[in-house]
Amino acid sequence: VKLLFEGIDEPGLNTIAVYERRGGYEMLRKALAMTPDEAIANLTDSDIRGRGGAGFPMGRKASFLPHGDMDKYLVCNADESEPGTFKDRELMQKNPHSLIEGILITTWAVQINRAFIYIRGEYAYQADILEAAIAEAEKAGYVGENLLGSGHSVKLVLHRGAGAYICGEETGLLDSLEGKRGNPRLKPPFPAIEGLYNGPTLINNVETLYTVPIIFRLGGKEYAKLGTPTSTGTKIVSVSGDVQRPGNYEIELGIPSRELIYDLAGGPLEGHEIKLWFPGGSSSPVMTKDDLDIPYDFDSMAKAGSMIGSGAVIIVDDTHRVLDIAYKVAKFYAHESCGKCVPCREGTNWTVKMLERIESGEATPMDLDIMASVQDQIIGNCLCVLGDAMAMPIGSMVEKFRDELEAEIEAARERAGAAAIEDVVPLGVADEYAGPLPVH
Amino acid sequence: VTVRVPRFGDGSRVPGWDEAVDLTKPPATVPDPATTPVPDELREAIEAAMARYPDRRSAAIPALHAAQQIHGWCSPEAIDQVAAVMRVTPAYLNSVATFYDMFWNEPTPKNDVFVCTNISCSLRGADEFYEAMVAAAEESGEVNVRSFECLGACDIAPMASVNGVYMGPLANEDAQRIVDDLRANRPVLEHKQLRYRATADPGVAAELVPPVESAESEETTE
Repeated sequence: VKLLFEGIDEPGLNTIAVYERRGGYEMLRKALAMTPDEAIANLTDSDIRGRGGAGFPMGRKASFLPHGDMDKYLVCNADESEPGTFKDRELMQKNPHSLIEGILITTWAVQINRAFIYIRGEYAYQADILEAAIAEAEKAGYVGENLLGSGHSVKLVLHRGAGAYICGEETGLLDSLEGKRGNPRLKPPFPAIEGLYNGPTLINNVETLYTVPIIFRLGGKEYAKLGTPTSTGTKIVSVSGDVQRPGNYEIELGIPSRELIYDLAGGPLEGHEIKLWFPGGSSSPVMTKDDLDIPYDFDSMAKAGSMIGSGAVIIVDDTHRVLDIAYKVAKFYAHESCGKCVPCREGTNWTVKMLERIESGEATPMDLDIMASVQDQIIGNCLCVLGDAMAMPIGSMVEKFRDELEAEIEAARERAGAAAIEDVVPLGVADEYAGPLPVH
Repeated sequence: VTVRVPRFGDGSRVPGWDEAVDLTKPPATVPDPATTPVPDELREAIEAAMARYPDRRSAAIPALHAAQQIHGWCSPEAIDQVAAVMRVTPAYLNSVATFYDMFWNEPTPKNDVFVCTNISCSLRGADEFYEAMVAAAEESGEVNVRSFECLGACDIAPMASVNGVYMGPLANEDAQRIVDDLRANRPVLEHKQLRYRATADPGVAAELVPPVESAESEETTE
């Protein structure tokens, strides 16, 4: 089934003329004819889970917002920064009106009058396309005061970010949208109660909102029949890394991962095999080639100890060292940590330093234990999950590829001419090491 | 065994952390609009941005983007001008400008080439391309090459964003070509630009199509 990608490459789909010819904005009319409660019920019936990474049911989130006459906000999270993810980019670039329609329907369902799209600053071209599309929609009377005579008004603003991974985290995004540094906030209160400008705020990923018109076309109950009972619908998955045909693929949730990686993306490059893969962006615990038959949906992947996150599969083949992959991942999170919470700020930096020690031949296998314990101390101890996003993949690499990392440590020690591991005296054991610990 | 760590001014282990501020001076207040000349186009851009949000401070990022476009970087002068229009302190804007990767806190060459060196791109040789790009840019001097975190185009890995235009997959030879195209002021590596790429999904009838320019979209970032 192709729902999100239906005719996505049609020339001119980014203009309102072609979009309307294909039945665009009809679902907005249909939604406006319903009561807001019926519209929310439709979303709840669909059981669609958020496509941004956390997988929280969208209808439930929307129903958390208080009722009544107050300033409420809808924020579309288009700060797609999770390494390996590029689905929103393609959707926004080729079919921006579907996203706008989804936003408008959602604002009606939740009775919101102000909506923002926070797009990452690097997506300049996609932002230009969206801006043009918003202008077209305004001109056609879909956005603005009293749209289509329903009495409902929406002001939609496109906001360009300026390059910060942390702004994809919902509360960091809110701070950034308020014009501050993008530091995450303490939760609770959750954004649904107190978010942007202290008002109740609904935050959804691009793909989630883009799916809303499709849900209204099929009907929530009908949509829920797609996929698996707990992961309904179709999803765009970005496959990248060492595969024959990297790209975005629309799948029904619950197909075997092998089908996605081999049949759609063409499998690993000629003459190589998969060493490890990330099922949901670089923040997800890694899987090995033995895990290829796990169904690709939220719950199956969670049961297997990982997550589908934003739906970004990164394939690493046998030509790469686990150490290099771990270093790349750790370096990224160390750079992107906003520095607000100590476990994340220090933990990411120390993990980078420990991986550098392995490479320079100063490490012993004990460093792997320390590294694993550092990861354990990050998880769950920060305001947001950026630290966890490093800790989960690094922890899983240490666990699943310990033999390789130990061999790496020994080889590096030999290269550096360091003492053999058997001869290393643990700190605090021999007399000359007694006393205060050395300061590095 | 005690290892001595080098210490810098004020006992810090990190050099230069206090360079940005002169602690002997009183903190800067909101600049006086009467004595801070602001180019008209910048003032208009900032005021338009402020009008779009319920809170004017939300315009900080769009305003800094606009100032950087005119000044080339977030210079003290640029920050003062934005502060004067937005009625906030320069320190507030500096805190914002230093947080985000796309704001330059020192003068940079006018062309930006961001090479993605994150995981998916580096698996396909982005680190080598980055080195080739740095070497090619060195002689030209007009290109600001930066290795960037995931730019969200892993399907065309290894890729780069040249003045905001995405292109890939890049071979090491393309580095020189990018520099040449920029110098000749022509579209950069047009055949490798992302905008012409069809979706990879075999279920979609695919052909290579450029998006149609709508009536309102005359000002794209070309």
